[in-house]
Amino acid sequence: MSAEEPKLKRDYLDVTGGWLHGLREWIDARFPMSSFWKKHVSEYYAPKNFNFWYFFGSIALLILVNQILTGIFLAMNYQPSATGAFASVEYIMRDVDWGWLLRYMHSVGASMFFVVVYLHMFRGVMYGSFKKPRELLWIFGVLIYVALMAEAFMGYLLPWGQMSYWGANVIISLFGAIPGIGNTIETWIKGDFGVSGITLNRFFALHVAAVPLVLLGLVLFHLIALHEVGSNNPDGVEIKKHKDPATGIPLDGIPFHPYYTIKDITGVIVFIAIFSAIIFFAPGMHGLFLEPANFEPANPLKTPSDIHPLWYFGPYYAILRSIPNKELGALALLVAVVILFFLPWIDRNPVKSIRYRGPLYRWVLVLFAVTFIVLGYIGMQLATLFWAEIGQRLSELYFLFFVTAWVYSKPRSRAFLVGTFVVVMIIISLLDWISWAPSIAHLKLWSWLIPFGYCLIFLLWPAAMPRLMQPKPVPERVRTKARHGTHAGVRAE
Amino acid sequence: MSEEIDQSKRHFLTVATVVVGAIGVCVTAVPFVTSMNPSAKALALGGPTDIDFSKIEPGALIKAIWRNKPAWVVQRPQAALAQLPKNDPLLRDPNSEEPQQPPYAKNAWRSIKPELFVVIGICTHLGCTPLYVPQPGDPSVGPTWPGGFHCPCHGSLYDLAGRVFKNVPAPLNLPVPRHRYLNDKVVRIGENPVGSHSTYTGPLVW
Repeated sequence: MSAEEPKLKRDYLDVTGGWLHGLREWIDARFPMSSFWKKHVSEYYAPKNFNFWYFFGSIALLILVNQILTGIFLAMNYQPSATGAFASVEYIMRDVDWGWLLRYMHSVGASMFFVVVYLHMFRGVMYGSFKKPRELLWIFGVLIYVALMAEAFMGYLLPWGQMSYWGANVIISLFGAIPGIGNTIETWIKGDFGVSGITLNRFFALHVAAVPLVLLGLVLFHLIALHEVGSNNPDGVEIKKHKDPATGIPLDGIPFHPYYTIKDITGVIVFIAIFSAIIFFAPGMHGLFLEPANFEPANPLKTPSDIHPLWYFGPYYAILRSIPNKELGALALLVAVVILFFLPWIDRNPVKSIRYRGPLYRWVLVLFAVTFIVLGYIGMQLATLFWAEIGQRLSELYFLFFVTAWVYSKPRSRAFLVGTFVVVMIIISLLDWISWAPSIAHLKLWSWLIPFGYCLIFLLWPAAMPRLMQPKPVPERVRTKARHGTHAGVRAE
Repeated sequence: MSEEIDQSKRHFLTVATVVVGAIGVCVTAVPFVTSMNPSAKALALGGPTDIDFSKIEPGALIKAIWRNKPAWVVQRPQAALAQLPKNDPLLRDPNSEEPQQPPYAKNAWRSIKPELFVVIGICTHLGCTPLYVPQPGDPSVGPTWPGGFHCPCHGSLYDLAGRVFKNVPAPLNLPVPRHRYLNDKVVRIGENPVGSHSTYTGPLVW
């Protein structure tokens, strides 16, 4: 930059002009403060067409800060021992000044973390943000999600209530399903013959130190990967393809600061309003965020009438329960999580955003979200025959999403679609035949229509009408409302 | 001395350093990983437990804790014992082929004394503790129910010898621990009977 060039913006730290400016130069000569700020904030160019779905990344970061901060202050009064844990949580609630607020901020924060992360992930799937060149960004994201699940699971044992205790028993016993070494691993995780104070103590250590460190590292990697490849956007087009030849700045990019820092504040305000409303009016969310059974101290002699995890694990728990075989149930649960890592190589359609995918894909994705939510609901219900069967069908739909996403990767011939339909229906019918029992025959027969209908619409229908799978033309550059009106930007090239 | 770099020597030294370093990391990991095993204290607390069953009534169930798990002694009346063989066709493992019990309890009633059933009350599915539902036809299970144990978590069913029914998620029979009768009043959980040379230490799945 030449010296004559007029200064367009006021320098961000130059508000006081004098000595602070000097301090900044002193630091910059020793530490890359200004250049870091420029690279990652004030001169990080993000697409200008972000919508509200792009709030959830920064809100997730805010919740992470909330969890760490409240967690540190909770740890000051919490006792990680089988004899002291339950009472110390009640002590925090009743005797520590503002302790109830800190605890509710932490427990509601945990649930809100998952709400926000699920929305953030859905955004990524919807706009194809996991596709090339953002595969690693996506993988770091899924790793964060897995670490978050571990963190939430171990944190849930700490209040040492009935649901904490029995939930931990159930989930740790899943490791017993590993052939051969399962029991050894199970005992190693517990550090005892059963879940005991020893288990509680190590879960505390992992919950407050090990996993948060891993989480912070992964979040850092996630952001570094994001800033390396740049943000995707609702149109799923690369803004780096069209740069101002003079400055090298993407034509459709705007600096993250001040544009998106200010915009994100709007999202943060709405989030804090909702977050506060829950904390102050329904911190237990009617048994969803804090389960009634957990207000009773852990008792190894008595199981709560129904053991289920908190709502955010509901979908996976429903998948686990839907299979009447321990090893295969645990395997299905594992696959349901691990398959997310492979999404960039399953859905290989070059069109990223749902805006330009074929008409059917939109419904495939909506149905996937609905399936996930309903599975979550089933995970919270008693394991009756009816719910077990519906859970089984929806688990099939969960996995069918990935099959359909793979099929929709490119134009497919009629024979391919019909063939896939036949193969999928044979596999599903075969599974029914294996788990056939006269007592549930009626239920099995009519619920078979659920995967059948799904495959009929999403695999067989496009064989008859190929345009249902056909993507729309993708614009060269991002579309904004202003440009929509004039059509200037799209056509100008 | 030659100025040239001996690439193959450099490569060898790099690989050798990495391998030795990796072995060092693995060996250093051993104390960390093994520190998570049950400690000497946990092992000691996992020693035998005595249960006094002298006051048990017919059909009653006594609960005790052994190794943080519920250990049960069930007094089975004659009617319940007579029902056991009739369950056989409905069961996954009616003859107790899976090593879920010590050899001296591998019989039709899965216990040393037919009327006294010693068992660990942990469902072999996912570790909940089942409910004791001895009445045949109990409405909480169904009209065809022959009496036994019902796991409320995921619906697994066992008969009064802890044998698992077909078409439920649990894969195995309820585990019978090592146990021996000290006298007519007390049973010791966690020890094999005197004179039994069984090496049985525990079932496959708790």
